[in-house]
Amino acid sequence: MQREVQRVRAAFGSGRSRALAFRRRQLEALRAMVQERERDILAALAADLSRSELNGYSQEVITVLMEIDLVLERLPEWAAAKPAQKNLLTMLDEAYIQPEPLGVVLIIGAWNYPFLLIIQPLIGAIAAGNAAIVKPSEVSENTAKVLTKLLPQYLDQDLYAVVNGGVEETTELLKQRFDHILYTGNAAVGKVVMEAAAKHLTPVTLELGGKSPCYVDRDCDLDVACRRIAWGKYMNCGQMCIAPDYVLCEPSLQDAIVQKVKEAVKEFYGENIKESPDYERIINLRHFKRLRGLLEGQKIAFGGEMDEATRYIAPTILTDVDPETKVMQEEIFGPILPIVPVQSAEAATRFINEREKPLTLYVFSRNSKLIKQMIDGTSSGGVVGNDVIMHFTLSSLPFGGVGSSGMGAYHGKYSFDTFSHQRPCLLKSLRGESVNKLRYPPNSQSKVDWAKLLVLKRFSRGKLSLLLLALLGVVVAVLIKACYH
Amino acid sequence: MDPFADTLQRLREAFSSGRTRPAEFRAAQLEGLSRFLQENKQLLQEALAQDLHKSVFESEVSEISISQNEINLALRDLRAWMKDEKVPKNLATQLDSAFIRKEPFGLVLIIAPWNYPLNLTLTPLVGALAAGNCVVLKPSEISKNTEKILAEVLPRYLDQSCFAVVLGGPQETGQLLEHKFDYIFFTGSPRVGKIVMAAAAKHLTPVTLELGGKNPCYVDDNCDPQTVANRVAFFRYFNTGQTCVAPDYVLCSPEMQARLLPALQSAITRFYGEDPQSSPDLGRIINEKNFQRLRGLLSCGRVAIGGQSDESDRYIAPTVLVDVQETEPVMQEEIFGPILPIVNVRSLDEAIAFITRREKPLALYAFSNSSQVVKQILAQTSSGGFCGNDGFMHLTVASLPFGGVGASGMGSYHGKFSFDTFSHHRACLLRRPGLEKIYALRYPPHTPRNLRVLLMAMETRCCSCTLL
Repeated sequence: MQREVQRVRAAFGSGRSRALAFRRRQLEALRAMVQERERDILAALAADLSRSELNGYSQEVITVLMEIDLVLERLPEWAAAKPAQKNLLTMLDEAYIQPEPLGVVLIIGAWNYPFLLIIQPLIGAIAAGNAAIVKPSEVSENTAKVLTKLLPQYLDQDLYAVVNGGVEETTELLKQRFDHILYTGNAAVGKVVMEAAAKHLTPVTLELGGKSPCYVDRDCDLDVACRRIAWGKYMNCGQMCIAPDYVLCEPSLQDAIVQKVKEAVKEFYGENIKESPDYERIINLRHFKRLRGLLEGQKIAFGGEMDEATRYIAPTILTDVDPETKVMQEEIFGPILPIVPVQSAEAATRFINEREKPLTLYVFSRNSKLIKQMIDGTSSGGVVGNDVIMHFTLSSLPFGGVGSSGMGAYHGKYSFDTFSHQRPCLLKSLRGESVNKLRYPPNSQSKVDWAKLLVLKRFSRGKLSLLLLALLGVVVAVLIKACYH
Repeated sequence: MDPFADTLQRLREAFSSGRTRPAEFRAAQLEGLSRFLQENKQLLQEALAQDLHKSVFESEVSEISISQNEINLALRDLRAWMKDEKVPKNLATQLDSAFIRKEPFGLVLIIAPWNYPLNLTLTPLVGALAAGNCVVLKPSEISKNTEKILAEVLPRYLDQSCFAVVLGGPQETGQLLEHKFDYIFFTGSPRVGKIVMAAAAKHLTPVTLELGGKNPCYVDDNCDPQTVANRVAFFRYFNTGQTCVAPDYVLCSPEMQARLLPALQSAITRFYGEDPQSSPDLGRIINEKNFQRLRGLLSCGRVAIGGQSDESDRYIAPTVLVDVQETEPVMQEEIFGPILPIVNVRSLDEAIAFITRREKPLALYAFSNSSQVVKQILAQTSSGGFCGNDGFMHLTVASLPFGGVGASGMGSYHGKFSFDTFSHHRACLLRRPGLEKIYALRYPPHTPRNLRVLLMAMETRCCSCTLL
């Protein structure tokens, strides 16, 4: 592990990854990899998650391609120095913020979108000029294998490396020193990652999860709402960090919701859901058993069918769910939708606030005032009103959590910024030294007054223009003097 | 017995009540801070003089005015900062409302250091309050006199249901850190920074760590030695060297060193007189422990200028050391005192290699008439911030973020960066229930045709070019 990290660090030390042209070439190579080896990638996703090729393409591959295109287009702009607004003391100087690479970035992926959650951060890391080590999830084995095989074939082998393994290997990896760690996964491991990072003062971006609540208001288009909720809930068999985890609604709405979700499910997956190529499977037996356990003692209004051999769990809805039961204690990450009845939007807000801050809040209502109230009254990584998931696809929005759902954000320019150090630079000249006499000891009251005036920006217009003129006069005089010196 | 539980509970409840959200409340807090500074200026100057022997000039420039400036800026721009930030949309979201909402995190902990006990407490506090958080402040117990004012006088100017000062040393701070906060802002040493981050990890609390390191100061052969000496001396001995961004050591050629030494002596004499100990403009070491530590460093290399010390006064003369080895203690730890070692290098490349071998510093300085030289160092190194041909002036520019990288820290603040640091940037997408026929394209069962249309809709660039 140590040697691998050292090798990558040495490659970064060569300075090779900094030139914009180099970064472009790597990103173009990554794009070529995705386009040329699409089959292999989709086959791996199918093997890991039983995801159809079409879905694999639309959910993971296309997002990656779009991200690369965006970055290639905007990279010169993002990487350029940004001039900063100067004050009186620095009027004649050059002041700007220069984005710089951090060094060696570690990206730890998750198994639910095993390709996307490695490549999307990697795009940002490369764009920002870093070297990177990626650690795909060992749970999604096939994708890990494909990444291990393909990345070295297309990318610079010394700057970008793939490391594989389980808990033991990851623990070993985390002992090494990195310049930024981006981790996608659960809160428990997130804490372990941050603790390990603390030993080296490594900044982290933690993309965690939680239970994303979905409030359905009395005043909403229930047909549309249920369709959208069903789409977001059962996509990838519920194994999505931004899936609507549970529904909150008034008791009178429960039956209608169940009915309409049922209809949507039929529309999406047909009569025989098991046969639908668009319906995925649970990643492994451990999670299958975990999800099965969540159904114990619950009122199954719809679904509930399971097949251990294929790790199939039908789209399921639970009603009148007791908040104290297991299904409401952990992030579900499966195709089970509990409905928890609440008396009102206020009650829903209280319910949400009694719990950890979620990754996403969903609110369905025609009443925009109500939506606004719920947003104002809660906190979450992100919010979507009247739909689910879509905020993920808009790269101008930062994607990340808050509280136990995570820290930091990425996507689009946010990835670039996450993996950069924004370095403030002030370039002065050695001339004009006489002006500096104002600041040097021995001090006097007049120096104090001058200093105060120059540091503070607030004074009346009249005085300001007069002062500026006077100062400009002084500066010009001094410069002329210095030039002729 | 948990001495903090009640206070934290009280603050959390106040935050939940929503009291800190309205702009009016936040502005009132900032105005309170402003009045605190203005009404207690004399008191604060005395405290700073007692703690660090700070001159009126230094107190004014580096503690009071600079804090006032941050308050003024926040008051002026608060509403603009608080506004939802609209973001560009793609075709699929054209009719929606997409924006970033800046929200307070909740309960913020600010741990402040002793070297600029007023500035490094108030400046983060301005950001935390402007962003709508409730704040627990842990001022440094080492700068005792300033701590007293912060604990006893400051709260009177703020809404005490949303603000509390907590006192204590390392043990109490450790206890405090066991609690959950929604954000922790720490200024101090890397060693303690690690402890803070590890404690924060247990609660998944995001942090900003303003740490330190050894700030290199490269002096090129091509420059005017006196000008350089003035500037380096000024920033090195300011606050008796107890500044996280002070030039820590000089890198230059032996030839340059020969020219620099008399120039440094001249600057020091001009600034502090023949007997610096009697100059009102030179401060003192904060406490006995640091004094002893610094006195120990005086035996490294050879004293070229200064070297005197007086334990009864915690006085250390402005000192320059030469013939210093990289392995000696003075080159191993952040000096944080009025001692300037000069290390010889034979070329710019050697200087850059020296710098890049070591931990990334908080600040990096390069002096040269040649802007090419300055830019080369800038390009081939990394540091929190950089200033060419001067000392830490970059932190007076509020539009520049102030923070470290690597071992010198993570995150940044000052001006708007403070507000952003203490805010959660919440991505919001508000859609309409209509247009369902179009959205139906995204639902299963999936076909290649649907996919094609979907892809077009998700294209980010489409709104500007493909429609034309």
